[in-house]
Amino acid sequence: MKQIGHIYLLVVLFFLYTPIIVMMAMGFNESQLYELPFTFSFRWYDALLGNKQLLTAGMNSIIIAVITSVLATSLGTLAATALARRTFRGKSLLQLLLLPPIAIPWLITGTAMLVFFYWSGIGRGMHALLIGHVALAIPYVVLVVGTGFKTIRADLEEAAMSLGSTPIHAFFSVTLPLLYPSILGAALFAFAVSLDQFVISYFLATPGYSTLPVQIYSAIRKGFTPEINAISTLLLLGSMTVILIFARFAKPGDTSDKR
Amino acid sequence: MTNVKVDTVAKTYGSTKVLTDISTEFVEGSFTSLLGPSGSGKTTLLRIIAGFIKPDEGVVMIGNNDVTNIPVWGRNIGMMFQSYALFPHMTIAQNVAFGLERRGIKGAAARKEVDRALEMVRLPGFADRMPKQLSGGQQQRVALARAMVIKPSVLLLDEPLSALDRRLRQEMQVELLRIQRESGLTTIFVTHDQEEALTLADTVAILDKGRIVQTGKPATVYERPTTRFAAEFLGDSNFLEGKVEGGAVRLASGTVVRTASTLPANGSDVTLAVRPEKMTISSGGSHANRLEARITTVIYAGPVLSYLLETPDGMAVKLFAQNKDGVVLKQGDTISLDWSPEHTIAVAS
Repeated sequence: MKQIGHIYLLVVLFFLYTPIIVMMAMGFNESQLYELPFTFSFRWYDALLGNKQLLTAGMNSIIIAVITSVLATSLGTLAATALARRTFRGKSLLQLLLLPPIAIPWLITGTAMLVFFYWSGIGRGMHALLIGHVALAIPYVVLVVGTGFKTIRADLEEAAMSLGSTPIHAFFSVTLPLLYPSILGAALFAFAVSLDQFVISYFLATPGYSTLPVQIYSAIRKGFTPEINAISTLLLLGSMTVILIFARFAKPGDTSDKR
Repeated sequence: MTNVKVDTVAKTYGSTKVLTDISTEFVEGSFTSLLGPSGSGKTTLLRIIAGFIKPDEGVVMIGNNDVTNIPVWGRNIGMMFQSYALFPHMTIAQNVAFGLERRGIKGAAARKEVDRALEMVRLPGFADRMPKQLSGGQQQRVALARAMVIKPSVLLLDEPLSALDRRLRQEMQVELLRIQRESGLTTIFVTHDQEEALTLADTVAILDKGRIVQTGKPATVYERPTTRFAAEFLGDSNFLEGKVEGGAVRLASGTVVRTASTLPANGSDVTLAVRPEKMTISSGGSHANRLEARITTVIYAGPVLSYLLETPDGMAVKLFAQNKDGVVLKQGDTISLDWSPEHTIAVAS
C-alpha cells in the first residue's frame, strides 16, 4: 500500500515537473525546432534582450501583479476583518456573494468586464486590467485571511481591551501579528492570480499595452520561438523565489503558536 | 479595593430579555460567584460589569464612579477568560507587561512589577518562555498575573477553571483563593459548577432567566433556599407538595409534614424542599417527619450511597447516606425515612 502511494507521488511529480524542466532546458538549446542533440547556448536569452515587446509585457505583468497584490490584500483583509469580527446587516449575503466569482469561468467574467467597461467608459488598458485583477483577487484574499481569523480567538482582543487597549490598538498589537502569515499568503495568492491571468487580460489589453501571457499567446500564433522558453524560465525563477521567501518566513502549516 | 454596584440593569437581545432589573452590590473585598444554568444571563452580567456590553437600562458603578458609559479599556478591570487568552506571539513577560505598557509603565519599573506578579502566581523564572511552552495550569496562572499586575479595581473571572482537569482545578482554586485573600480584591466569578461556587465564594448569587433569585453566604443559600429553582439548581432536593393545615403541611397522600419555616394561611398550596442527605433511614429515632418508601434503585458512589425511592402513592424521593456498612439495603426493600422540621424548607415554586 505504501509503495503504491510512493509510485503515485512520483507519477504526479513527473507529470507536473517534466514539462517545466523540458521547457527550461529548451531555452538553452541552440536549435529553434527543439532538435536533439542538445547544444547549450544563450542564443534565446540574447534574442529575448532584443525583443522589446516581450520584455515590456513581462515588466507590465510584474507591475500589475505587485499593484494588484497590494490593493487586493489591503481591501480583502479589511473585508475579512469586518466579516470575522463584526455583525452588520447583509453580512451573510456578502459572504455568499464573495464565493461565486471564484467559481464563475474567467471567460464569462472577462466578457462581462469587457462589456461593462466599454459601456461605462472605463475602456481598456492598464487601469482596466488593474481593476479587473483586483476585483478577481479580492475573493481569494478574503477567503485566505478569513480562514486565518478562524484560528485566532476573539477573546485575545477582549483580553487586550480588558488591559487597556482600544479596539484599534488591540487589532494592531494582537490580531495583526497573528494574522500576518495568512495576510502574506493572501498577498502571494493575489500576486499569482494576477500574474497567471490570461483570459481577462486578453479582453482588457490594448495593442499598446498587454501582459506577458497575452503577449506569449500572440507570439505563439505567429510562430513559436524558444525566446518564450527563456522568458518563461525567468518568470518561473522569479515566482519560485517569492514562494520560497514566503515559506521561509510564514512557515505555512505551522500553527503551533496559535490556538 | 472597591465596591461594585449594579443598579436596575436590563439587557435585551432582539426579543429575548437576557437580564431583567438586576440590582446588586459586590462588597469591597468580597468573592462573589454568579451561579446559574447556561442562558441565565450570568455571563452577560459579568460582561456588562467588565464593559464589553452596554446595558439597555441601569447603572454600573465601580467605587464612586458611574462607569456605565465607559468602555472596557477605560475601566481598569482585571479579567480572566476560560481559554486563558494569553497572547501567543509574546513571551510570558510581554504578556504580563501588556497592561502596564498601556498605563505608561515601561522598562525596569515594568520588569520589577512583572517579576513580582510572576512570583505571586509561583512562576518565577518563566518570564522568557512562550505561552505554548506552558501547561494549561501554568498558562492560567500567567493569565491571573497579567490581570492582577495592573492593580485593577475589580477582578472578573469568566469560568477560568473549567478548561482544567479536576486535580489541577482544585489546585488552582486554592491558589485563587489565597491570592484573592492576600490582595483583598473585589472578585466576581462566573461559573456553572456549583461545587466551585460554594468552595471559592463568600457570596453566591443564583441567576435564573435573567434575574437574581437569591444572594447570600454559600451555607445560607444551600441550607435555606428561597425558591424551588435555587433548591434544585444548587445541590439536590426532594419536593413535597401539599396544603397548609394547622401549622403543618398535609401531603396528597395524607401524611402530615412539619416544618420550621413560616407557612402561609391555612388551605394554601405549599412546596417543601428537603435535601436528600438530611433524610435518614429510620432507626426508630425521634425525628418529627417520617415517610414510608420502597427502594427502586441503589446507586453506589464510593463514600456515598444514593437511594432512589418511591412512596406508596407514587412520589419519587431521593436519599443520600454515608457508606458506613456497605450495601445492606437492596431494591424492593421498604424503609422508613426520618427527617427534622428544621430541614424542611418552604420554597416559592
